[in-house]
Amino acid sequence: MSTAIERATRTEKRKWWNQHRKEAVAGWLFLAPEAIGIIALAIFPLLFSLMLSFTNWNLVGGFQEMKWVGFVNFERMIDDSKFWKALQNNLFFTAVTVPAGLVIAMIMAVLVHTKVYAKGLFKILFFIPYICSTVAIAAVWAALYHPSSGPINQFLMAIGLDQPPKWLVDSHYAIIAIMVIAIWQALGYQMIIFLAGLTQISEEVYESARIDGASGIQQFWYITIPMLAPTTLFLTITTIIGSFKVFDLIKFLTDGGPNDASTVLVYRIYEEGFINFKMGYASALSWVLFLLVIAVTSVTWIVQAREKRA
Amino acid sequence: MPTNKIKLDRLLLTVLFGACSILFITPLVWMLSASAKLERDVMTYPIQWIPREWNWVDNFQKVWMENVPFSLFYWNSFKLAVVSTIATLLFSSMAAFAFSKLRAPGKGVMFGLMMSFMIIPEQATLVPRFIMIKWLGLYNSHEGLMLMLAFSMYFTFLMRQFMMGVHNDFIEVAKIDGAGYLRVYAQIMLPLCKPILATAGIIKFIWTWNDYQNPLIFLFTKELFPLPLGIQFFRQEYSNNVSLMMMAAVSAIIPLLIVFVVLQKQVINGITVGGVKG
Repeated sequence: MSTAIERATRTEKRKWWNQHRKEAVAGWLFLAPEAIGIIALAIFPLLFSLMLSFTNWNLVGGFQEMKWVGFVNFERMIDDSKFWKALQNNLFFTAVTVPAGLVIAMIMAVLVHTKVYAKGLFKILFFIPYICSTVAIAAVWAALYHPSSGPINQFLMAIGLDQPPKWLVDSHYAIIAIMVIAIWQALGYQMIIFLAGLTQISEEVYESARIDGASGIQQFWYITIPMLAPTTLFLTITTIIGSFKVFDLIKFLTDGGPNDASTVLVYRIYEEGFINFKMGYASALSWVLFLLVIAVTSVTWIVQAREKRA
Repeated sequence: MPTNKIKLDRLLLTVLFGACSILFITPLVWMLSASAKLERDVMTYPIQWIPREWNWVDNFQKVWMENVPFSLFYWNSFKLAVVSTIATLLFSSMAAFAFSKLRAPGKGVMFGLMMSFMIIPEQATLVPRFIMIKWLGLYNSHEGLMLMLAFSMYFTFLMRQFMMGVHNDFIEVAKIDGAGYLRVYAQIMLPLCKPILATAGIIKFIWTWNDYQNPLIFLFTKELFPLPLGIQFFRQEYSNNVSLMMMAAVSAIIPLLIVFVVLQKQVINGITVGGVKG
């Protein structure tokens, strides 16, 4: 019996293969360049960096100089105050820029969506900083933040602040100054995504709420916010992950300084790997970044799955 | 007249919102005005929004035509962005075609696998990619950078979603007429995909034009720098000349701004497509 079935399926398979062989070959040929590219430039490097993270390697010496050191790189992190400072800055950055950005963007999106004329114009205006090169924008803000002659501090002094913060060169304010730029640059993008989410809420829900006598604020609280939840969740994940990856502004404006006051995880990877050429330690730091991103994503996935069930 | 009253409300809010949005883009207005000033007028307070003495032409010449090869940075940016964009569109659309329209055993597993790689942050693979590029002898070359920027699962995903919506009949008819898979792809699929190709192309172009991190790691010779590195280099050379810095920043931003204003629908759509699907 079973052999008959096996024989039958085998013939089926052969038939399928004869019919579709050309298509399957074509399919894999079409897939190949992208698949090879992604494997060679994402998955292989990821595994390679895992291996490197257990070695001590200076790149300048060849492969024979590579020394297997086990968990030494990870143990080193525990005593590395720069690493902890970077992690702390990353968390601070996330804790402020994500909620602040999302709340402002959501309010702006609701206003643009329902309460304001010339929607299209506002969309474009707020989106402009997101389109601009971060480096060009950083150059502008560097001038604005100049401690003595920059417009920001001249304004603060004009309104009576004798000693305004020195922003980028002040270890207490450097990271805050950068956070302001980051929020400002991302706002337009976040607003646009919220707007896209808002257009998917049907007008009827609001109408029936109005008939029941719900005020504008009640509608916002009980309809808009819950209905926007998927969009908010998406933006929350991407902005948190984005905040772990912040680099361009830091590198261009402060080089992590003054005194590591604005260093972040990716800046530490850059510093160890491409300034000190400690490929092993830089790889270990890369894996910390990767694991953090995985953690954020899986936590939000779990939350999402639970909400769907509820 | 309740409708009239509501309109007045909206008008007032629009004006208020307009004021906020002007405040919002003040840094860019300041940049534009500073780029047209004499250096001694840049940091005066109160700010002269309209330059007292226009110095636009002179600043432009200094940035573009003097010893820092700014026009070369421009050309490099343009070249990198165009080639990377074309390569991405080609590889992504080919893969998307296979994923959406061709029966190949194992492609589903491959798709899932490649999608899950999207979670790997670029920065986590910087060190090994740097080593690999050195081994290949492509460090400090545009080719190495283009290779780095030619593959993107994000665009493959966008295009696959679009191609799923293309009716299979188009393909079946062509096959009955004797067209091979390459012809189906090139002469039927690609023309049908023009909208998504345009959208993806614009976004990829903008991202590459603005990319700072990859060039920073993989390039080293000044003559190969694209604009973001050029601006950094420029800053080291002219650290005390803010008006020239602002002219450089304006120069880097203007082309993208024009692209954006002309094609804003495609840009905004392209960015939201990935966003709302989530």
